[in-house]
Amino acid sequence: MSGGVDSAVAAARAVEAGHDVVGVHLALSRAGGTLRTGSRGCCTIEDALDARRAADLLGIPFYVWDFSERFRDDVIDDFVAEYRAGRTPNPCMRCNEKIKFAALLERALELGFDAVCTGHYATLVDGAEGLELHRASDNAKDQSYVLGVLTADQLAHTYFPLGTTPSKALVRAEAEARGLSVAQKPDSHDICFIPDGDTRGWLAEKVGTATGEIVDRSGAVVGAHEGAHAFTVGQRRGLKLGVPAADGKPRFVLEVRPVSNTVVVGPKEALAIAEISGERFSWAGAAPTASVFACDVQIRAHAEPVPATATVTTKGVRVVPDSPLDGVAPGQTAVLYIGTRVLGQFTIDSTVSAVPVGV
Amino acid sequence: MRHYLDHAATTPLRPEARDAWLEASAIIGNASSTHGAGQDARRVLEESRERIAAVLGADPIEVVLTSGGTESINLALQGLWHSRGPGTTAVVVPDGEHHATMDTIAALVADGAEVRAVPLSPQARIDEGRFAAALPGAAFATALVANNETGTINDAPALAAAAADAEVPLHLDAVAALGHLPLSFRDLRGRADDAVGLVALSIAGHKVGAPVGVGALVVARSARLTPLLRGGGQQRGLRAGTQDVPGAAALATALELSERERAAESVRVGELRDRLVEGIRARVPAAELLGDPDHRLPGTAHLLFPGAVGESLLFLLDMAGVSASTGSACQAGVAEPSHVVMAMGRSEADARSVLRFSLGRTSTDADVDAVLAVIGEAYARASGARAAERS
Repeated sequence: MSGGVDSAVAAARAVEAGHDVVGVHLALSRAGGTLRTGSRGCCTIEDALDARRAADLLGIPFYVWDFSERFRDDVIDDFVAEYRAGRTPNPCMRCNEKIKFAALLERALELGFDAVCTGHYATLVDGAEGLELHRASDNAKDQSYVLGVLTADQLAHTYFPLGTTPSKALVRAEAEARGLSVAQKPDSHDICFIPDGDTRGWLAEKVGTATGEIVDRSGAVVGAHEGAHAFTVGQRRGLKLGVPAADGKPRFVLEVRPVSNTVVVGPKEALAIAEISGERFSWAGAAPTASVFACDVQIRAHAEPVPATATVTTKGVRVVPDSPLDGVAPGQTAVLYIGTRVLGQFTIDSTVSAVPVGV
Repeated sequence: MRHYLDHAATTPLRPEARDAWLEASAIIGNASSTHGAGQDARRVLEESRERIAAVLGADPIEVVLTSGGTESINLALQGLWHSRGPGTTAVVVPDGEHHATMDTIAALVADGAEVRAVPLSPQARIDEGRFAAALPGAAFATALVANNETGTINDAPALAAAAADAEVPLHLDAVAALGHLPLSFRDLRGRADDAVGLVALSIAGHKVGAPVGVGALVVARSARLTPLLRGGGQQRGLRAGTQDVPGAAALATALELSERERAAESVRVGELRDRLVEGIRARVPAAELLGDPDHRLPGTAHLLFPGAVGESLLFLLDMAGVSASTGSACQAGVAEPSHVVMAMGRSEADARSVLRFSLGRTSTDADVDAVLAVIGEAYARASGARAAERS
């Protein structure tokens, strides 16, 4: 129970469904702020109190469990290391993969619980080959992308009571009707461990600054920067290029090379990606039986799924989209869908541009 | 049925203290008013102060009523600091003190205080020799009479004598010791004069069955102490604010009863505690009793459960109806690794694997049996949970 409206209503529905429910608030940061500001933050005393008051109202026991060390090692340090390596990580997926449905679930099972119930918007379907993870009925709030890292074993101990509710507004209305004080609490959008929302500033503090070159695809130096980690593929703002492009068109970050501390820029067309692949993959339920199959690929939480062909080998997954993908950065997670069903995911290691160099 | 084994956190209100509170609450009048109604209130207040002073071996004028232990400690430490002798900045603070002391000292450090830390023994005891060695030239010193987590009892008379010899003002935190040990402010002061040696002693009423919200700081007559609260000049100007007559009456009643029962209760509760410890060790052979085996509060059993997550143990016991403690928790409710256990030279992992059971006036054999019925299984699960986390 984060202290937000979704987990509070999920808990209420779990209680009503007759389960023996215990509320757990995860302490993920040792230096959490004291009070909430705007839509940001978790791990504040106020959020913990909101969660406690929701549990009080539901008449369930409530505990705060400290996973801050695991969170630091597996999520925060990983986030910094990924940026340092020129990749663009998704810390919420790491948290689901390593904390909520791993460390917490493992502890819960040891302590005698059957499942971890969360306020995520996704649904579980009993399929012919076992449990399947599907998109939520409310597509706008669908969170199946960030749950794409879950495996069959994890899904078997997971419970998403909100997945079949067609809109977030209904969840808020239900919270209101139940007398939950968090009914109108704003959604949190930002990365919870960067409380002021300034990811670049936060990274600069962790990674440090070092002057490097900005080059175009021919290798010509077109500008300078204070640290490659501050750039992500597809970025246009903040480049401050001294030399205008020959065609006068805006330029975008195409590649970040952390070893040489170099940022490569080019025209928007050069962002088009014809192929992505990665070695680190998992299946959210039964593994696909064919080694080559048609699916949809989604590369960000709120990106549109794109029809594609996936090829699975022992070394990893390669995906060729029917139409090029835009703004793909190594480190991002590609989630594969068939219809509404989440098939699995892989972390993107490499990309192939749809536009040859020199264009 | 819930079994309460957290008397060191707070112990149930005594019915007699509640009655005394209710009776005094019927009195109309502010104890500082000079009219008849005020005099009625003042009479009950001063009678209560005399009864409190009698139990604590102090003169009534020395008893300054406060809202509890934290306020008493803040008044003593901040008060001594702001009245310190010219040119003195050192403060003598043993490791493993209560957070009320540690956080107050941290604030004084920001104001220029230099901490002379005194290490704890592996049994959580303050080394009197090292304490004495740290004293010369200090602005003040502070020490626990008994450690609130482990129950280890310090040699308070020796600490007080050392402070008197070094001519340094000393505050003793007797919050955890209250009701379990004989406490005489007069005897502890010995040949101290008014400004140095033992000058202040903190207690909290709810540790002996008075309501939460009333405590006292015993302050020697001419101790140099700057008040925290200023206003109407009540209580020697050391603690301004309308005085809490019902609270004083309840504290006096609870203290008297607690002192009357102390000898017999120490034996009874001590036997229960020993049976609890033996029973736990029979069921969890890896469990280790922490603290000083010979000098220990009778109701406290502080145990290390190697490899177990303290918050998992606490959860499993709670689900079985047993209320125990992992020590302090932060504001959000996270159990923190015990700073006392770390001050005893243990690892942070050990400091996260401890549980404190504390028995008191209402404890029975059934409470001990309830723990023994579940502790073996709880330990197995709580240490399994950690093993799973590592995998």
